[in-house]
Amino acid sequence: MKIAVCIKQVVTREWQLRVNDQKTWIRDADASFELNEPDAYALEEALRLKEKQGGEVVVCCAGPARAAQVIREALARGADRAIHVESDALAAADAATIAAALAAAIKDEAFDLVLTGLQSDDQGFGQVGVVLAETLGMPHATIIMEVQVQDGALRVKRELEGGWFQWIALPMPALLTIQSGINQLRYATLKGIMAAKKKEIRKASVPSLGEPVQQILSLYLPQKAKQTQLLTGSAADAARQLIAKLRDEARVLQ
Amino acid sequence: MSVLVIAEQRGGTLNRATWETIAAAQQTGEALHIAVVGHGVDAVAAEVAAARCERVLVVDDAALAEYTADGFVLALSALIEQEQPGLVFLPHTYQTRDFAPALAARLKRALVTDVTAIRKDGDRFVYVRPMFQGKLSADVAAGGPPPHLVTCQIGAYRADSAARGDAPAAIGKAAIAVDAARIRQRPEAPFKEARQAVDLSQAARIVAVGRGIKAQENLKIAEQLAQAFGAEVAASRPICDAGWLPMDRQIGSSGQTVAPKLYVALGISGAIQHLVGMKGSRTIVAINKDADAPIFEVADYGIVGDLFEVVPAIVAELNRA
Repeated sequence: MKIAVCIKQVVTREWQLRVNDQKTWIRDADASFELNEPDAYALEEALRLKEKQGGEVVVCCAGPARAAQVIREALARGADRAIHVESDALAAADAATIAAALAAAIKDEAFDLVLTGLQSDDQGFGQVGVVLAETLGMPHATIIMEVQVQDGALRVKRELEGGWFQWIALPMPALLTIQSGINQLRYATLKGIMAAKKKEIRKASVPSLGEPVQQILSLYLPQKAKQTQLLTGSAADAARQLIAKLRDEARVLQ
Repeated sequence: MSVLVIAEQRGGTLNRATWETIAAAQQTGEALHIAVVGHGVDAVAAEVAAARCERVLVVDDAALAEYTADGFVLALSALIEQEQPGLVFLPHTYQTRDFAPALAARLKRALVTDVTAIRKDGDRFVYVRPMFQGKLSADVAAGGPPPHLVTCQIGAYRADSAARGDAPAAIGKAAIAVDAARIRQRPEAPFKEARQAVDLSQAARIVAVGRGIKAQENLKIAEQLAQAFGAEVAASRPICDAGWLPMDRQIGSSGQTVAPKLYVALGISGAIQHLVGMKGSRTIVAINKDADAPIFEVADYGIVGDLFEVVPAIVAELNRA
């Protein structure tokens, strides 16, 4: 089974976000980056499918040069090779642009299965995987929590809301977007890190990027829905104030 | 210009989020049409016809009896081409997330997801949506020809603020047939995992933990606080993904929705998927080391600090009282 996993490099959760002077993107020049978490689960699922079914796992990334970091990490975890559509213009691109870049890079590879995370931790469109499926002419299913391969077809468990699930059968080739928590992640071993150095990273050319269909006009800290009373002082002071407030003001304690 | 709202129903039951989307669409001030897609959905059509709108359009086909992404993309791309609305609104549910990007791609139109507010700026609309897990908000504009597709975040608009008409709107059938042979997904019946052991929706007080708890053995700190408050322990998704607490203790869009008297969030940053499950709580306390964490946007009381110091102090204070 030939599996593509689309991955994205995003700023780490711990990094303190700061908006650039134009307020159109974050000041990411000195940020630390990591593999988008849902994509890590997609990669893990691909590696597990390969272990059962045989075949090849290829990571695909449409992003700037710095995204080589997460590509190397994916190779160290066990992916066989990588395709990198490299352009600085992709760092803050909209979903349609990223999907078009990925589609151009993988359309001639004849993958049986394409996996993506369900959304990215940065822009969080939740669109790239599904748009990619439509562009490649593949059937898709989203927010997947289990993948079964039977007689060259798929049976996948889709998460619905509020604790509901549903099994869906679909033919291959197909595209699935993977939900976090579908499996337990593995981490790269020293051996994996060494082996990754010899693995191929093919640079794919960037297709002529059309006009973005979505443009960020302004990025800012969200407005508060409530006026939060911040309780300050030492831990003991804050605790004392909180209990007094909960008892006398909010009246949620007896 | 007209606005088309795509109602969401499953098995003939309207998803309440549809009313939130109707409320959002009404705020544009444009003529509103509502589409109901499925099979045998007359009751749903009659229900949404109570909204103040021009008319309700039903797309009824046996091939749409069960939701499939392919079926809905076929039906809705035909409907949108036929109706030529200026804007299309959908609720940002898991079902919409499953088909809307493919619909937009097939129509070659822009899709703006997870929108929390809309305002007019000259002759275009500006959409507000969360980015970076809700730590930032963005004003975005959509490009390319109309209609742009917009999904409205659950809970961003109030369902009860949707205006009702003086009389029910006219209901018409759209002349659209779906070729069942072109539907590639074969869905089975929806199900729930083994019956949930805890029904958190009935809890009066909840202490919920997030990534900030750092390690499974630290959960005992949360358990001590829950005991002192007489509260149930719950968690955000990453804690359940890691297997530190069972999935039935998860609060958020993929878990339970709760509205207790008291909700104490420990080390939860407040990603939108979590907030939608708890922001209806009466009193919300947030304890987090990051002063910019989105959880503070919904909290009544906040303590910016190390939960490993603050929580034992609260337990001591409760036990002293």
